[in-house]
Amino acid sequence: MDHLTPALARSWILSTARLIEQNAQHLSDLDAAIGDGDHGANMSRGFQAVAKKLEGDAKADDLGALFKVTGMTLLSTVGGASGPLYGGFFLDLGKQCASRAALDAKDLADVLDSGLADIQRRGKAQPGDKTMVDALAPAIAAMRAAGDDIVTATRAAADAARNAATATAPLLARKGRASYLGERSIGHEDPGANSVALLLDALASATGA
Amino acid sequence: MKKLINSPENVVREELEGLQLAHADRLRVSFDPFYVVRRDAPVKGKVGLLSGGGSGHEPLHGGFVGPGMLDAACPGHVFTSPTPDQMFEAGKAIHSGTGVLQIVKNYTGDVMNFDLAAEMLREEGIAVESVLTDDDVAVEDSLYTAGRRGVGLTVLMEKLLGAAAQKGMPLDQLKALGDKIRASGRSMGMALTPCTVPHLGKPSFELAENEMEVGIGIHGEPGRKRMPLTSADQITEMLMEPVISDLPFRKGDQVILFVNGMGGTPLIELYIVYRKAAEIAARHGLTISRNLVGSYITSLEMAGASITMLRADDALLDLWDAPVNTPALRWGA
Repeated sequence: MDHLTPALARSWILSTARLIEQNAQHLSDLDAAIGDGDHGANMSRGFQAVAKKLEGDAKADDLGALFKVTGMTLLSTVGGASGPLYGGFFLDLGKQCASRAALDAKDLADVLDSGLADIQRRGKAQPGDKTMVDALAPAIAAMRAAGDDIVTATRAAADAARNAATATAPLLARKGRASYLGERSIGHEDPGANSVALLLDALASATGA
Repeated sequence: MKKLINSPENVVREELEGLQLAHADRLRVSFDPFYVVRRDAPVKGKVGLLSGGGSGHEPLHGGFVGPGMLDAACPGHVFTSPTPDQMFEAGKAIHSGTGVLQIVKNYTGDVMNFDLAAEMLREEGIAVESVLTDDDVAVEDSLYTAGRRGVGLTVLMEKLLGAAAQKGMPLDQLKALGDKIRASGRSMGMALTPCTVPHLGKPSFELAENEMEVGIGIHGEPGRKRMPLTSADQITEMLMEPVISDLPFRKGDQVILFVNGMGGTPLIELYIVYRKAAEIAARHGLTISRNLVGSYITSLEMAGASITMLRADDALLDLWDAPVNTPALRWGA
């Protein structure tokens, strides 16, 4: 397989909703250590709302519309910092994909790169700040390095994101509520990097299924 | 978890239903999306004052909606920023033609959501300005953090700007006044116990019987330092000294001194703190021109207190004394 089709993209979003739901407690536990402990609950509420919306809307033949409805729903249901960051990310994906029927592996990496830039613009985070960026940036790099096969590329991205999320533990948080802890943020994985790892794991599952 | 609730999912909705029933004379509540608004909004010729933030800090912000203070408040889920659609709808409901001023506590999520709302309101042709509060001296203000948190000063900001807006001050001057207040106030807080977010069901951090957390925020996040519990006088010194030296407050300054309870601390203890804070202020040659003692910006049932000081000139004191008629703050009206 070499393209992300609207049907696969839809399955990606629904699979993300399931993974977030299953891991909500874990995400909240990670957040409780260095933030306010609600990342899992907020993400779960948002993606459940997205799933409900998509299930009630059979039109999955348009990548742009699919990502836009995902973004708008996350924006109005997640709250916190994750709402604008994930919502803005998917809105940006929607803009990139308007009038595109499907994405090959390189297109997908380009689109995700643009989404990453949106996250960095809103969150003002750099790599190494212990945020979502630390999982998403290496995932996209791994996707590009893995070549043209979308199954291989998305699996490489998912593995890279997982490893990178784990590797946020020794970092000092410089953005978000975790930054208030200073040195005490060291030793804990970033919850946002972990939800990004779930997002990419869901992408690999969707294309590999 | 032991709480006086029906179910964790309905905490905010049911609180808003109660707030509306109790204060129908002054405000009404929108449930889709959630916002609390002055009953007589939009008030003609007056800039609309809009604030909001995560729930769990009551009476902030919904309890400060009414003549002389906020026009609308957007509550998020407990300790979670509200979403842009809430501020967008609330902003439209209070806009009378003279624009909207947003009062935003400096948290990453709040700032991003209010920024998005401001973008959406401007697309509707509504003039929007925002004022931040970032008064918590417990947080280092550097390029390497999200900046200081907005805490107790937010209450004073809402009162003072509310009075100025009520007197007809235009949007650009309100923004400038807000920035001046932001630059003139500092706070610091501490906790004796953590708090439990209803949908999480367990305390956000652990504190032993003989420990306290100094430099806490208002979201159950841990503070900067964990220490053995000591006396109210010593704790008050620990809060007052960084507040005074950070601005710094100088001999001869007039101040508004605000001793705030975090939700689970009784007034009897807050007055013990105020007593010492007043003594320390006097020692530094500060004149406490006005004061506020009580639980106005809370962190659910957390026990603890925060101290806020604002340097105030006569113009600010006049705004402080102006009539206010909200569920949680009322005088002269």
